[in-house]
Amino acid sequence: MSGTITPITMPKFGLAMTEGKLASWSLPVGKEVKAGDEIADIETSKITNGYESPAAGILRRQVAPEGEMLPVGALIGVLADADVSDAEIDAFIQDFNDNFSSGETEDKNSDTTARRIVDVGDLKISVQESGNRETGSSVLLIHGFGGDVSNWMLTQSALASSHHVIAFDLPGHGESTKQVGDGTPYGFAKTVEELARALDLSEAHVVGHSLGGAIALELAKSAPNLVKSLTLIAPAGLGQDINMNFINGFIDADRRKTLEPVLQYLVHDKSLISRQMVEGIIRYKRLDGVVSGLKTIASANFPDGKQAISLRSVLETFDKPVQILWGEQDEILSTKDADGLPATIAVTRFPETGHMPQLEQAAAVNTKISQFIE
Amino acid sequence: MSRKSFRQAINEALRQEMRRDPRVILMGEDVAGGRGGTSGVKDAWGGVLGVTKGLLTEFGEDRVLDTPITEASYIGAAAGAAATGLRPVAELMFVDFVGCCLDQIMNQAAKFRYMFGGKARTPLVIRAMYGAGFNAAAQHSQALYPLFTHIPGLKVVVPSSPYEAKGLLIEAIRDDDPVIFLENKVMYDDEEDVPDEPYTIPFGEANLTREGDDVTIVAFGRMVNLANQAADRLEKDGISCTVIDPRTTSPLDTGTILDCVADTGRLVIVDESSPRCNLATDVAALVAEEAFDALKAPIRRVVPPHTPVPFATVLENLYMPSVEKIEAAVRSVAAYRVKEEA
Repeated sequence: MSGTITPITMPKFGLAMTEGKLASWSLPVGKEVKAGDEIADIETSKITNGYESPAAGILRRQVAPEGEMLPVGALIGVLADADVSDAEIDAFIQDFNDNFSSGETEDKNSDTTARRIVDVGDLKISVQESGNRETGSSVLLIHGFGGDVSNWMLTQSALASSHHVIAFDLPGHGESTKQVGDGTPYGFAKTVEELARALDLSEAHVVGHSLGGAIALELAKSAPNLVKSLTLIAPAGLGQDINMNFINGFIDADRRKTLEPVLQYLVHDKSLISRQMVEGIIRYKRLDGVVSGLKTIASANFPDGKQAISLRSVLETFDKPVQILWGEQDEILSTKDADGLPATIAVTRFPETGHMPQLEQAAAVNTKISQFIE
Repeated sequence: MSRKSFRQAINEALRQEMRRDPRVILMGEDVAGGRGGTSGVKDAWGGVLGVTKGLLTEFGEDRVLDTPITEASYIGAAAGAAATGLRPVAELMFVDFVGCCLDQIMNQAAKFRYMFGGKARTPLVIRAMYGAGFNAAAQHSQALYPLFTHIPGLKVVVPSSPYEAKGLLIEAIRDDDPVIFLENKVMYDDEEDVPDEPYTIPFGEANLTREGDDVTIVAFGRMVNLANQAADRLEKDGISCTVIDPRTTSPLDTGTILDCVADTGRLVIVDESSPRCNLATDVAALVAEEAFDALKAPIRRVVPPHTPVPFATVLENLYMPSVEKIEAAVRSVAAYRVKEEA
């Protein structure tokens, strides 16, 4: 028996993924890789994402040709050391495929992610919970304007291996009740507080994206005991500028043709905005009450085309760890809003990244968060 | 969000709109279901294919009205009720029965707004099932949407999936004009993810179920599904298709059709209604007139022959457009080359 053979299998990005397309190989056969090197681009119905090598070795086989659609868990390639013979690799592939049946892997590895509706006052909040309190400390993920739990599809499962991770749809979003109240971060933070109570969550590391960042800041102000640390990803509430072409376009556009260019403001790599992503948002916007809710939020937060609510002062007094992650090419909010904050706050700026680093720089963001909350 | 059948999606749309608006009522043959039998059970079966099941129990006999088998009377009553403030959803069961009540639809409901100088509203929905493939013979298998499309003053909806059916039916109920909502009877058990909440899909906006470079396929109702299957097969051979589901035949989203043909230059239209004066001829005329310069090949129509729908299964299958027929038509236009002049 010679060196190790490592199977590379179709990864599962997010709850809903059952199959993926091997969009392209990033490396030729014969190339040596380290764990964490990107080896392929995987395309799902929602997003295309780089897939990182689970181990070190030489990419000996590309089992899946580019363009092939395969179930989660299926063999796409083989890593092995140089001393493993081709015959051994052939036998390994044969054996793997003989024993593989799609769906089975999913059951075996089924993470504990569960989606449910939680009553919070008059509201029904859709909650997606991964891991449990025995897994580790709790992490609460708060999405932004027009978003939903799927914004965390590359974040939640990665953090859940060592933490208890809760994502939820804000009121007016996703599968939660479409009443947004006054639409302010303060109002949403009150709902988050009540949600935490309903979930019996006494403290959590809070991660907020965009408007969710402003909500996290309000939460840090009004319920500091609940907030163990703050990770703010491209947060609102730290400056005045906001791209109103995005906000108004998101509210007004109801066809793919008009919505797609609006969604492209979100990312630096425009090809990330897939047909399905656009279709998903069109479907969300057709639900009763969504557009009027978004209008309420927009006029509460961005009257006259500027951010009206400043929460910078929260960061002067909040005495627990805070970090800020931002894409340098953010076209919605400006990364300069992170300038001039207290020196204790670590600010990371990702190059060639837009408003959604958790999608565009998923691995780096996940590392930043997990190191920060260790 | 959960998986729902075409039947459940329609039932849920009716239920949610009846809860939201007390003016919404149902009427038709057997919509209450099971009444008049000897079992004593109300609402035993909920219509001939179970679509309205459970609505009588929830909303009572004042809002779910079983009618006699006299289409002229209850469609007329529904038109009148709509003109005077209710929002009736009348079920014609098989669309083939329209022959018995066409005057109420064509000369009354469709004309009210126009004849009364724009001052009358007629928020009426007429639901009916249509289409062959159910082995229901010539008098219960027609796809009569061209008949309604021909009449100004009516809006005509042919949903292609459970998701589409729910959103389009809620839109139909909230619309202030008479809407003919046609359900393909072969699709009632088709399932897909459908939001639990109410939502609307606007009329006159086509849906592109896929986008490709080579051939545009326009398909109606259940044919959208067949067109997508054909496009999947063709994709493997490097022929990429745009598939357009117009959703409504009146209003028709002519802009989207013309835009797509401008991109691909090749057009196949799939329509399961009788071939003369159907939607395929209508769309072909539109494109020939408005996008002639874009065309790189003759327009092809995949349509049944001009005969009644046969009862014999073998003949009925032969009669219907199929994935194979669509595939062959697309291949023929994709391969077509204009002859050089000598």
